[in-house]
Amino acid sequence: MPLYNEAGGLPATYVALSFADWRQRLDWPAVALANTDPVEDLAPHVGRLRLIVLDFPKFSDGRAYSQARLLRGRLGYRGELRATGGVLQDQVAFMLRCGFDSFESDQKGFGEALARARTLFSIVYQPTEDGRAPASLLRLKRRNVMASKR
Amino acid sequence: MPDTHFYRYDEYDRTLVAERVDQFRDQVRRRLAGELTEEQFKPLRLTNGLYLQLHAYMLRIAIPYGTLSSRQLRKLAEISRKYDRGYGHFTTRQNLQLNWIKLEDAPDALAALAEVDMHALQTSGNCIRNVTADHFAGAAADEIEDPRIWAEIVRQWSTLHPEFTFLPRKFKIAITGSPNDRAAVRVHDIGLRLWRNAAGEVGFEVIVGGGLGRTPMIGKTLRAFLPKNELLAYLEATLRVYNRYGRRDNLYKARIKILVHEVGVEKMRADVEAEYAEIRDGLLGLSDETVEAIARQFAPPHLPPRSSLVAAVEALRLEDRDFALWLKSNVAPHRVGGHAIVTASLKPAGAPPGDASAVQMEGMADIADAFSHGELRVSHEQNLIFPHVAIEDLPAVYAALGRLGFAEANVGKITDIIACPGLDYCALANARSIPVAQRISNHFADLARQHDIGDLKIKISGCINACGHHHVGHIGILGVDKNGVELYQLSLGGDVDFGKTALGTILGPAVTADKVVEAVDALVATYLDARIPGERFVDTHRRIGAQPFKERVYALV
Repeated sequence: MPLYNEAGGLPATYVALSFADWRQRLDWPAVALANTDPVEDLAPHVGRLRLIVLDFPKFSDGRAYSQARLLRGRLGYRGELRATGGVLQDQVAFMLRCGFDSFESDQKGFGEALARARTLFSIVYQPTEDGRAPASLLRLKRRNVMASKR
Repeated sequence: MPDTHFYRYDEYDRTLVAERVDQFRDQVRRRLAGELTEEQFKPLRLTNGLYLQLHAYMLRIAIPYGTLSSRQLRKLAEISRKYDRGYGHFTTRQNLQLNWIKLEDAPDALAALAEVDMHALQTSGNCIRNVTADHFAGAAADEIEDPRIWAEIVRQWSTLHPEFTFLPRKFKIAITGSPNDRAAVRVHDIGLRLWRNAAGEVGFEVIVGGGLGRTPMIGKTLRAFLPKNELLAYLEATLRVYNRYGRRDNLYKARIKILVHEVGVEKMRADVEAEYAEIRDGLLGLSDETVEAIARQFAPPHLPPRSSLVAAVEALRLEDRDFALWLKSNVAPHRVGGHAIVTASLKPAGAPPGDASAVQMEGMADIADAFSHGELRVSHEQNLIFPHVAIEDLPAVYAALGRLGFAEANVGKITDIIACPGLDYCALANARSIPVAQRISNHFADLARQHDIGDLKIKISGCINACGHHHVGHIGILGVDKNGVELYQLSLGGDVDFGKTALGTILGPAVTADKVVEAVDALVATYLDARIPGERFVDTHRRIGAQPFKERVYALV
């Protein structure tokens, strides 16, 4: 299946072990989680991990969005975070916002859609792991600027 | 045109909605070109409010917290005329549904909505739905704080939330700011109730896991008192627990009420509190400044105090019986002296509940401009409300509503029926709802009789998904299909009043469509014979039990 990397660099080439296998070899840098696997258990190891693959058994099963945010936001994972399974272009903007940066998808036109996905919505309402300033923060800043001009 | 007294979009809101319309236009193009399968397209159209019904696409337009300006209502009339058949249907979730939309027109209809700062975002799909609130908010005499401030904060946070767009199932949030709950907060996925604690602080009671549908449940208290500014962190924690652990193996067991029921509210609370502890000091905390900036936009219109006793009103009250009844049932106390909240009944005798034509919508917009500071509300009881009317203007408002056919003095009475669209429109329904509502409405059309019967809520659903809220009707009517015959199951004793929220109990075997009116008539007769002064139907039923009702109904049918 074609692999796309948001950052533009080369995707990690490690073989990702299943969570059960990886737990036998905690030094291995790549793991593939089912969307029911407890991401919290990775906490002591995120510094060593280079690739985590999260699965969408169907595109409409959204559990991996929460896993991604926990890995990025709470556990501070910095390596490659790959989405696999039901990965479609109309969901990729949400995936980017949750911290995914590589994608396996066989959908036609996915690469072009990925290139557009960051600019599809110039405004966001929620603070997430992508670090974009939500509208509420932009408003606060604007009010402060206006206040300082007065 | 009067200024609005509720949230106005700024450039950020407008940009987001416009970009969303562009995105959907591209998705529709790809669907029509065959690049998207219906399975792939379905969640995309649903989160833009577009359903595929029995005969056509239906567009469900969000009316956040049920608040509308006259300008917005005129635009809805225009859209219904241009892209539909010149009428719309106000729903139990404060939305407006257009039943005959063409797929290729949908992006243009959404662009037209965006012109008046409206959208159809997340009115369907397994996401956080359009947030609802007390339809008397900002005007009610009993209000602690305007719940719409918080509903708008929730609207923004939930709009295109990247983590919660593919939840196990739909998710509905309702907010009330009054001790008399008009938002039915105990029958939502999350209900929020503003209240003042002993220290004088206002916060939320967070209620989780209520809902109707196949498995009706009353919500349980997850948090008795939540500081207001922590609302979003607490909601995000709750939704995250639900997204991770809610069931996805069975569509009918996927709502949060099933999760709460299966793990127990104590475990649910422990999980949510643990998650909340991790994020409460994060970026979701609301600064006072942010809340105040939104609250300012909900500042009520300036209403100079006036006399509540107006000679012309009193004269008309004496000479026109229907007007006198209308004052009793359709006019509620306002918090400013000399003013009132007027409910226009979208349930004239024999009409489909909640329907309004484009002409009627424009007429209502005119009344709002002339007498209610340009503002209207949609109630979950499918009526429209003028929140700020001077008492001296009541005769003029009554006359204007009469010309539109919306002056029926039946709010809260037996013909103020809630009904889902049923088999006339809906692909899920087992039976028709609207014709049943129409027959009951015609049978009990006499206003004096309705007022004698008093407060009585009839709620009708055409299938067990319960869009007509039959579980919480004083009389609930559920359409079922038995070997191709439409039958109706009656239940008694449902209630959504706060502190009394209860689910109805099935009375006995279902009756045929032609017997429904007789059965309801028998229920009413039982009540009238047994009631003691001051008792409503539901109170008498509570006191004497179901048996006398049952005997009388089944002796007949």
